[in-house]
Amino acid sequence: MSSQRIFQLGLRRVAAPGFRFQSAGRVVQRRFAATERVGQAEGDSILAKQRLRRPVSPHLSIFKPMITWYASSLHRISGVMLSGALYLFGFAYLAAPSMGWHLETPSMVAAVAAWPVFAKVGVKMVAAFPFFFHAINGLRHLTWDLGVGFANKTVIRTGWAAVALSTLVSLYFSTMV
Amino acid sequence: MASVRAFTRLATRRTAVPAVWTRSFASVDTSARDPISKLGEKIVPDKAANITPESETSTKKEPLPDKDAKIKTFHIYRWNPDEPNSKPKMQTYTLDLNKTGPMMLDALIRIKNEVDPTLTFRRSCREGICGSCAMNIDGVNTLACLCRIPTDTKKEARIYPLPHMYVVKDLVPDMTQFYKQYRSIKPYLQRDTPSPDGREYRQSKAERKKIDGLYECILCACCSTSCPSYWWNQEEYLGPAILLQSYRWIADSRDERKHQRLESLNNSMSLYRCHTILNCSRVCPKGLNPALAIAEIKKSMALAG
Repeated sequence: MSSQRIFQLGLRRVAAPGFRFQSAGRVVQRRFAATERVGQAEGDSILAKQRLRRPVSPHLSIFKPMITWYASSLHRISGVMLSGALYLFGFAYLAAPSMGWHLETPSMVAAVAAWPVFAKVGVKMVAAFPFFFHAINGLRHLTWDLGVGFANKTVIRTGWAAVALSTLVSLYFSTMV
Repeated sequence: MASVRAFTRLATRRTAVPAVWTRSFASVDTSARDPISKLGEKIVPDKAANITPESETSTKKEPLPDKDAKIKTFHIYRWNPDEPNSKPKMQTYTLDLNKTGPMMLDALIRIKNEVDPTLTFRRSCREGICGSCAMNIDGVNTLACLCRIPTDTKKEARIYPLPHMYVVKDLVPDMTQFYKQYRSIKPYLQRDTPSPDGREYRQSKAERKKIDGLYECILCACCSTSCPSYWWNQEEYLGPAILLQSYRWIADSRDERKHQRLESLNNSMSLYRCHTILNCSRVCPKGLNPALAIAEIKKSMALAG
């Protein structure tokens, strides 16, 4: 209790006279919610019931787009596209003789040669971009496995570099009509 | 001393004392008390009668806007467990930035004190050392106390709880599983041999340096809840925060259970659900690098095997 505080309280007494004792209840905080006591078992059951009702907080839809997780999902998607296409083509090639399809290289080259330019470039781009992105981003993953390149700045730079480089390379190969 | 106390009690009356004389702690704000208690008492007896439908999400405005007010809009995720059948909703608040502190936590505390006392969030130290106020602000997990309010009033701030966690109320996620996982890695020194001279377990400077960037972790869960792998495999994958903590003990030269620690992580789920997405290092409010710690664990596992 500082002397200043006592002086202040004295001032207050002068400002608002009236000698009534302060009841102890006035200085403690008041509780706004009524509470009741529950036992351990009952409390656990209330908690269990509450846990069933709890919503899951939003995640993918609200998270800020960042090169880290966007590149990662693109890596996964491109991998699925490439391996899916490989399996599809492999099985189709196996089935081709019995189904009467012509999937030999010369006949496919001839078929594609007859397409208009935009279709050629478009289809090549759809095949080339996943391939080059997966390959170049795969190099990033290999360096990370060595414990190299984990600084935030490095991750951002190499991420965008991988996107830019794979776009350029796939454009280069797609436009060789 | 007793007489002083009696004098004090005599002197502290609430009636007819102007607010300037009373202490201005938020928790004993006498001017704000009465209306809230009335509201609180109204709600408590019959919770069911007070369900607010989704469509009635109104904007709660700055209580006393000035002429030159810098009004910023905050959209905040709300869910009330007392109304378990109602959907979570986004509640909009506006605040005058001139009257609000610089940090997001200041804004939340001001909303709670002056606009809407039902808003619920965790906070403690207000200086980024306790990790209580971790939440998703403008799409990035961070500590509200270390996150400045962007002064651009045209952009509206959005605040959610940590992503993909069960919500206890409003911005408070259920951390039970996270703490259980932390417990599972035995986060303490395990050692059988006593120190040679019976005193402290000594480390060289180089050995001590190895746990720099690891021991600073405050377990706020910002990294773990930013990790898509952790979102989808929360039951089994330990997540970046716990793995960083695990590596903190693996890297400690005084610990003698390095082998067992690595062995317990050597399965398809605990560690190897990490696909180096690197959101964890990007969001860490303490500037640590959980992804690097995980890579080091993977490396030592590969070299040991």
